[in-house]
Amino acid sequence: MDDSQLDVIVIGGGNAALCAALMAREAGASVLLLEAAPEEWRGGNSQHTRNLRAMHDAPEDVLTEAYPEEEFWQDLLKVTGGITNEHLARLAIRESSRCRPWMHKHGVHFQPSLSGTLHLSSTNAFFMGGGRALVNAYFRSAQELGVKVRYNAPVDTIEVENGRFVAVRVGNERIAAKACVVASGGFESDIAWQREAWGQNERGEWPADNFLIRGTRYNLGLPLKSLMKAGADTIGDPTQAHCVAIDARAPLYDGGICTRVDCVSLGIMVNREAERFYDEGEDFWPKRYALWGRLVALQPGQIGYCIIDAKAVGRFMPPVFPGIKTNTLEELAREMGLDEQKFMATVNAFNAACKVGTFDHQVQDDCHTEGITPPKTHWARPIDTAPFFGYALRPGITFTYLGLKINDHAAVHFNGQPSPNLFAAGEVMAGNVLGKGYTAGVGMTIGTAFGRIAGTRAAASTGHIHEAIHAAA
Amino acid sequence: MQQLEALTREAQGLAMGRGPLTGDEAEVARQMQICNACRYCEGYCAVFPAMARRLEFGKTDIHYLANLCHNCGDCLHACQYGPDHEFKVNVPQAMAQVRLHTYTEFAWPRAFGGLYQRNGLAVALATAAGLALFLILSMVMAGTQMGQPLAGNFYAIFPHNVLAWMFGIVFAYAALALGIGVSRFWREESPGAATGEATAEAVHNALTLKYLDGGHGKGCNEESDAFTLARRRFHHFTFYGFMLCFAATSVATLYHYLFHWEAPYAFTSLPVILGSLGGLGLLIGPAGLLWLNLNRHPRHGDAAQKPMDRGFIALLLATSLTGFALLLWRDSGAMGLLLAVHLGIVMALFLTMPYGKFAHGIFRSAALLKWSIERRQPSRLRLGAD
Repeated sequence: MDDSQLDVIVIGGGNAALCAALMAREAGASVLLLEAAPEEWRGGNSQHTRNLRAMHDAPEDVLTEAYPEEEFWQDLLKVTGGITNEHLARLAIRESSRCRPWMHKHGVHFQPSLSGTLHLSSTNAFFMGGGRALVNAYFRSAQELGVKVRYNAPVDTIEVENGRFVAVRVGNERIAAKACVVASGGFESDIAWQREAWGQNERGEWPADNFLIRGTRYNLGLPLKSLMKAGADTIGDPTQAHCVAIDARAPLYDGGICTRVDCVSLGIMVNREAERFYDEGEDFWPKRYALWGRLVALQPGQIGYCIIDAKAVGRFMPPVFPGIKTNTLEELAREMGLDEQKFMATVNAFNAACKVGTFDHQVQDDCHTEGITPPKTHWARPIDTAPFFGYALRPGITFTYLGLKINDHAAVHFNGQPSPNLFAAGEVMAGNVLGKGYTAGVGMTIGTAFGRIAGTRAAASTGHIHEAIHAAA
Repeated sequence: MQQLEALTREAQGLAMGRGPLTGDEAEVARQMQICNACRYCEGYCAVFPAMARRLEFGKTDIHYLANLCHNCGDCLHACQYGPDHEFKVNVPQAMAQVRLHTYTEFAWPRAFGGLYQRNGLAVALATAAGLALFLILSMVMAGTQMGQPLAGNFYAIFPHNVLAWMFGIVFAYAALALGIGVSRFWREESPGAATGEATAEAVHNALTLKYLDGGHGKGCNEESDAFTLARRRFHHFTFYGFMLCFAATSVATLYHYLFHWEAPYAFTSLPVILGSLGGLGLLIGPAGLLWLNLNRHPRHGDAAQKPMDRGFIALLLATSLTGFALLLWRDSGAMGLLLAVHLGIVMALFLTMPYGKFAHGIFRSAALLKWSIERRQPSRLRLGAD
């Protein structure tokens, strides 16, 4: 391929990058996709995903009931606390109601919500086999359509002149093209960058030193950093991220879904000082799991300990690592390295404060505490039945929200002006919609919607108009 | 990796009540603990829904799940924790390794279980023995008639009763050995009584190879992550070809004893039509399966069992090839020799049936029936929002 002939470069190899590459290629543009990872690790964080939050006005194949635009928007508004862009959010929401036939055409199969995820059956369409199967399908389709794919090709520099994209650099190699889509993910895998963003806390700790990365080790944020240096407009707080409390024994990278521990609402959480620090029963776990990563990050030593008793066994998704199991609470405190007296005082105070009514994990039941701070407002039952289990939890970063500011054409901005030929999609621009917080499957909604828009617009900027050019955009 | 070792020990400990796990079994338990915390592959087959009904994996669970696995490869290519990840999950491979233990441990008599472990040798010796037996028999029984054109009169070489008794006994033995093995497998963890509905479903799942459809109907993985129905189709050719050949023999036996119509039968007769169709299936099916086996992704299944897979496929292919050769040249002077070779191959196939790849169909069917019974029972678990 002669460089001057190349229409579109797509930086990245995950869902958003593949959606962009497929749309640009479908429009007739020549496309080169540059994936930083080797082939066996391709797909970025998308390989760990499992579903797409999708708007629908009536039951559809794998989706039950209805999930109209307004309900989706209200959910997003709630989790972000209003730090979102309504225009872009609604664009992604509407797009999520239209994109699934296209996904299916490119080999993505859907399945009903998995066992243990019935609460998502009306909002999230699950990928059969999960995100890696989706990534495999898109790569197969891309290669069949003639998208050129290169692995082990981390872009470290993006050349921009007066807001126009010119070329990328992969090490010493320079590749020019008429347009570019940046879909290279967040910067969460660059521990040094996270360390700098989080800084030192009042205890003199560097909290990011204790973070685990749930996703790919290849999201180093090099294209983002390069564009920031070139003056691209950014959005979002570098310390905001999709952050979950995960098993402290999880690997540093790519622990994915199975390292989560889903029993917080069935027990209590204490910090290193053996003190409780937040209402474990505030809301259903699926609505709260993405809160606890940040809560743990703010605790001393960035560690939390989830404690349950025998009553909770069999009531939550089995975690990948077995918990510390003991016959007495004192033993549990010792095995977890907590101060035994303080721990027992906390548990005893909690147990004494429990007003047990009718326990029901399916509803916000009436089991609650009285007279302690913080309270546990639902599912509060004394921790009193051996054996006892303890799980140490650390903050697990899924992806960071600091990214590139875009408009509804997914165009990257310089000094408030949209670039004519540089676009962004996926985690690198998710911060436009997600100022903070998270709700399951919305990362894939944003990636798919803006991936498709970015690919279409990038192709259009080279004179190739996709037949499905978005009326809404 | 310390935590993984701890996990393995934990899994072993959990299963101690039902005997210590072997290394291969502990590996399945370790991987199932990871899969049970992920569950992305639930739509592909029955293994993962069956897994999700359990929190711990003891010996009997492991053998049940291993035999439920059809080695389609879909979950391997979809796995975020695959062989390149430090979790090193490869479910089809771990399951295949345990299946060999199932066959070995439940073999009857137990001492013959080792034949699964040295299956290349077993098939080679059985083939040599079968061929030698019939070549020697042909010399002893037919003597000077060998090499003469006999107008397709097989019984001039081997009297019908001799053949019927020999194959009858060997077949009955194979059925008995496999029957005892699979009934012990069944009793090890009986899921309860089989209803008509459950049985019908299991039969349907076995006969249609439901779980080679990938859950989405596009099939399984062979040399790459692309889906194909090739294995399902070639397996159908093989199985139904085998059954048609079996039907041909059964019909011919009826003709012989009930109606006293003796072979050779006309090309348009039922035994020859059934046998020819079946033989065609046994040519296309095993040839296709062999080609797929040779080209499969290196991470699929257990490489150590490929000799067993291929030995069985080769015997099936040799059965149909020698059968067609016999049909084509039954009126020539080569008939006697061709008949002896064909019968020798078929004898080897029958002899190794209870100690070779054939066993997979028996144990898989039993596992499918267990699943059809089990999935109709309410789960003991209440995991959060379900």
